[in-house]
Amino acid sequence: MSGVATRSTAKPADYKSDVNAIWCPGCGDYHVLMSFTRAFAQLGLPPEQIVVVSGIGCSSRIPAYTNCYGFHGVHGRSLALAAGLKVTRPDLTVVVASGDGDGYSIGGNHFLHACRRNIDMTYVVMDNHIYGMTKGQPSPTTEPEFDTALAPGGTGVRPFHPLVVALASGANFIARCFSGEPNETANVLAEGIGHPGFSFIEILSPCVTFRPDERAWKERVHPAPVAETSDQGKAARRLMTDDGFNLGILYRGNRAPFQPAVSKSDIDLSELEKDFEL
Amino acid sequence: MATSPSISLAILGSGGAGALTTGDMLLETASAAGWHGLYTRTLGPQIRGGEAAGLLRLAVHPVECLPDQFDLLVGIDWLNAHRFGAEIKVGPQTLVISDPRGGDLPPMITESGARVVEVPMKDMAKAVPNGRPNMIALGIASRLLGFGSAEQVSAAITRRLAEKGAAAIEASLAGIKSGFGAAEGIAFGTQLAPPGANAARRWLLSGNEATGLGAIRGGVRFAAAYPITPATEVLEWLAPNLAKVGGTLLQAEDELAAINMIIGASYGGTPSLTATSGPGLSLMVEALGLATAAEIPIVVVDVMRGGPSTGIPTKSEQGDLNIAVYGMHGDAPHLVLAPQSVGDCVFTAQWATYLAETLQAPAIILSDQFMGQSRAAIARPADLAFIGARTMATEISGTYNRHAMATNGVSPMAIPGTRDGQYTADGLTHSERGTPTSGAADHLAQLDKRRDKLEQFDFGDHWASVEGAGDTAILTWGSLTGAAREAAGRAAADGIDIRIVAPRLLAPVQPRRLAAALAGVKRIMVVEQTHGGQFHKYLRAHYDLPAPVRAFNRPGPLPIGTGEIHRAITEWR
Amino acid sequence: MSKAPDQPKVAGLNDLLAVAYQIEIDAVERYNLLADQMETHNNPELVRVFRDLARAEGIHGEEIRRLAGDFDVAAHARKIARFGRADSPEEAALSDAHYLMTPWHALQLSLAGEKRALAYFTSIVGTAKDAKVKAMAAELVEEEAEHVNLVYRLLRRYPAPTESWAEDMDPPVSQE
Repeated sequence: MSGVATRSTAKPADYKSDVNAIWCPGCGDYHVLMSFTRAFAQLGLPPEQIVVVSGIGCSSRIPAYTNCYGFHGVHGRSLALAAGLKVTRPDLTVVVASGDGDGYSIGGNHFLHACRRNIDMTYVVMDNHIYGMTKGQPSPTTEPEFDTALAPGGTGVRPFHPLVVALASGANFIARCFSGEPNETANVLAEGIGHPGFSFIEILSPCVTFRPDERAWKERVHPAPVAETSDQGKAARRLMTDDGFNLGILYRGNRAPFQPAVSKSDIDLSELEKDFEL
Repeated sequence: MATSPSISLAILGSGGAGALTTGDMLLETASAAGWHGLYTRTLGPQIRGGEAAGLLRLAVHPVECLPDQFDLLVGIDWLNAHRFGAEIKVGPQTLVISDPRGGDLPPMITESGARVVEVPMKDMAKAVPNGRPNMIALGIASRLLGFGSAEQVSAAITRRLAEKGAAAIEASLAGIKSGFGAAEGIAFGTQLAPPGANAARRWLLSGNEATGLGAIRGGVRFAAAYPITPATEVLEWLAPNLAKVGGTLLQAEDELAAINMIIGASYGGTPSLTATSGPGLSLMVEALGLATAAEIPIVVVDVMRGGPSTGIPTKSEQGDLNIAVYGMHGDAPHLVLAPQSVGDCVFTAQWATYLAETLQAPAIILSDQFMGQSRAAIARPADLAFIGARTMATEISGTYNRHAMATNGVSPMAIPGTRDGQYTADGLTHSERGTPTSGAADHLAQLDKRRDKLEQFDFGDHWASVEGAGDTAILTWGSLTGAAREAAGRAAADGIDIRIVAPRLLAPVQPRRLAAALAGVKRIMVVEQTHGGQFHKYLRAHYDLPAPVRAFNRPGPLPIGTGEIHRAITEWR
Repeated sequence: MSKAPDQPKVAGLNDLLAVAYQIEIDAVERYNLLADQMETHNNPELVRVFRDLARAEGIHGEEIRRLAGDFDVAAHARKIARFGRADSPEEAALSDAHYLMTPWHALQLSLAGEKRALAYFTSIVGTAKDAKVKAMAAELVEEEAEHVNLVYRLLRRYPAPTESWAEDMDPPVSQE
C-alpha cells in the first residue's frame, strides 16, 4: 500500500460508480462489490489512487462498477497487466479481480509467478466453481462429479486447490472469505491491501444462475478452526484438512515485496552510447 | 599493391575453435582504424562446439549487405563446413587459407576453382605458449587485409580478454604475431584501401542494440522481457541501460505476460516496449488487439526469423509481414514499421515510440535476424526530436470521456492518480466515455476514430527511403534495402537507372506518397525474402501499382544478394 | 477471521442511536441497490416495491435523526457502527434476489430484515447496563415490531407466488 494521505470522511458510496451491474440478481459478486467499496472506505484511499484490474468473466466486470481507475483486460492476463502497472507506478494501490476460470485456468501460470514475484498488490478471485459468463462449463475448482454439457457426468478431474498453490508459490498473505459475509470480507480485504507483497484472497461467491446448489454454501462455510499464522509449515498443515470452506486469514508472511529500485536518473542519454563509440 | 574499397572474408572453425571471436576482433580492429564494416555469423545447430563461420565485410564506404562472393576464407578447420556451402560463395578469385590438419576441404571450395594456400595454424599455435589456432588465423587475416601491424589488433584483444588476465592476452598477441608473420609470404593480390578521414563519430553495434537505444531515445522507460532467438539481445541491452535512465525491465513468465505487462505499464503512463520473434508475436496478437481497442500506446519489436512455426530461429526472413499487419481479429488499425539497416534500427525504434505515444496505438517494428544480430560500424546516428509525446488529460472537470471524439482523433488520456479522471480501460467496444456498449453508432464512431487518427496523420518523409529517379523501380523493405541499393549502383554502371522505394512505414498504408514516389516509373520489381510473396500481395491489396510488376521473392535462410537482384533487373527485358 | 468486532460496541445512548441510524441507512442503500438490479433486469413492478421500501427506511432513519437531536448521529455511525461477520440486521439478503422475483418475495426479504432488527434491539434491551440505553432500545423494539406488522399487512395484499414463478423459457445468454 502506498503512503498516500487518507480521507477520513470516505464512505463506501464514494467508490461506487453509477453503472448498473449486469450480474444476475442473487449473484454473490454484488456482495463482493460491497466489500470492495467498504474496504476502500475503511482505508480512506482516494479513488483516483486505486486501480482495479481484471480479466474476462462475470467477476471481471467489477472495475467499471467502482469509481476507481480500472482495466478490463483480456482473459487470464490481469496479473500481468497489474505487474507492469505496479512496478512502474508503485504509488498506486492495485487490486486485481478475477474468477476461478480466468484466474486458475487460463491465468494459472500467471498466478504462480505473481505469488513468486511478490509484487505489492491484492488479488481477489471470486470463486463460484463454474464458468458463469460462458454458461456453465467446469472450472478448475468444480467438483469432479458435477454434471455439465462439456463434461457430462462430471470431469472426473481433481479440483485445483488455490490456497495450496498460493502458499507453495510464495504469496505473502492468503485468505478465504465468503461473499455472504460482506463486512468480514471487507475487513479481510482491507488487511490484505494493507499487507505488503502479494496478497491473495479467495472469495467464495455463489453463482445463482448456473450453480443454484451453491445457496447451501452459507451453511457450509465456517471460520477456520485454527488461527492465522506466519509459519508456512503451520499454514501448510492447516491446508491439509481444509474442506474448501474454511474462512479467514490463513497466512500472513514476511517476504519483502518485489519492487525494482528505480534510480532517480537525470543522466544524459549519451552515457548509454559510450559502449558503442569507436 | 592493388587496393580494394571493399574486402570480404569468412573465418570458419568448429568445436571451440573460436572462429566467431576472430571475426569480431577483426571487425573491432578495422572499425577502430576507420573502416566501415558489417559482421554476421552463421552457425550449426549445437549450443556449443558446433561448426561456425564469421562473415565479415570491410570497406571504405558504409556496407549494409554481404558480398555475392567472399574474397578470403580462413579455415581453422573444415568440420561440417559443407553446411555453409550455399551461404559462403567462393569463386576462382577467392583465396582460401587452410590448415592441412583441419579436415577435408568441402566441395564448395574444391569445386570453385579457388586458390588454396596451406598454413599449419594448429602447429603454429602449439609453438606459442598457450597459443590458440584462431589467434594465428587472426594474425593471418590482419596481414592479408592490410592492417599495418600485428599490434593493431592488440587493443581489441586486450579489451576482449581483460577478464582472463595478462597471460592470456600475451599468448593471444604472440599468436597473432606468428600468424601475421606467416602471411607475409602469401600473395593475396589486394588489400583494403585506406579508410577515409572520418570526421563523423562512429559506432560499432548490432541492430538489436541499436533498437534498444532508439527506443530509449524515443522515451521508453519500461520493458517486459521473455527471451527468444534472435530478439533476446534487445532485452539484454535494455536491462542495464533502462536502469541507468530510471527505467525498469521485468522478466515475464511468457510472452502473454510480457505483452500484458507493457500494456499495464503504459496504461499507468510509462512508454513501454517488448521484443520478440515470430512465435512470440503470434502469442501477443490478442493483447495487441486490446491495446488497439483501448488506445494504449506500446511498442513491440519483432526480430523476424525463418518461419512458419518454430522455423529457423537463427536465420533471417521477412515472413511476419502478414501477421504484423493482419494478425489481429476484427478491424484493428495500428502502426507497423521496418528499419532498413543496423543504423536505421536506432531511428526506426525512436520514431515508432514517438508515433505510438502520439497516436495512442500499438507499433510493431519488423526488424530481422540479419540486422538484429549483425554488428556494423556506422556513423553515429543523429539526435532527432522525435520523443514520445502523449496527449494527457490532467485538469479534468465534468464527466471524463476517455475516448472523446477529437479533430485529430486522439483523445486526451488520463493516467491513474489524476483526480476525476477515473475510467475503466476496456477491450469491449465502448462509448466515448469508455463504458461497454454494443450499439451500432458507438461501434462505428470508435472504429472510424481509430482508423482516421492514423490515416490523417502526416508521417512526413520518413515513411520511406526513395532514392534515384530511374524508371525501373525496386520496391523492397527491411534488410533487403541495402542489397537493393548496391544492385542499383551496379545497374547504373550498366546504364540502367534504378529508383529504390523502401517503405519504413508499412501500416497505415500511404497511397498518395507511394504514387508520388512511383511517378514516371515504367516497371517495378518487388523484392522480398518470403516464400508467399507477402509484400507483393500487400502492395497489390492496398496500392495502385502503375507499371508492370515482377515479383522476386525467395524465403530464407540465405540472404538475397546484390548480384541476384542485379541479375534479375538486367534479365528483365 | 479479521480483528473487527462481531457487533458494534453500544456503550451509551449516542452509540445506540448511531447504530440504529446506520441500520436504517444500510437498509436504504440495500433496497436501492435491489431496485437498480430490478431496473437493469426489466422487472418494473419490483423497482417500485424496492424504491418504496427504500423510502420507508429513509423515513425511519430521519426519525432516529430527530430523536438524536443535535447529536451528529451520522458521523458517529460511520465511526462505530460496524457489524462483524454478517450484514447489518435490516439489510435484505442480496443472495435471495432473483430477476423474476415477485412483490411477495421482496416483502419476505423485508420481513426477515425487520425481524432481525427486532431481535437485535431486543438483545440490547436484555444486555444493556445503561438505563437510558435500555429505554431507548425498548422504544426501538416497539418501532420494529410495528414495522413487522406493517409488512405482514402488506403481504396480505400480494399472493404467494405460483410454482412456476422462476420459469423463463429463454436460456441464459453468454455475453463474452
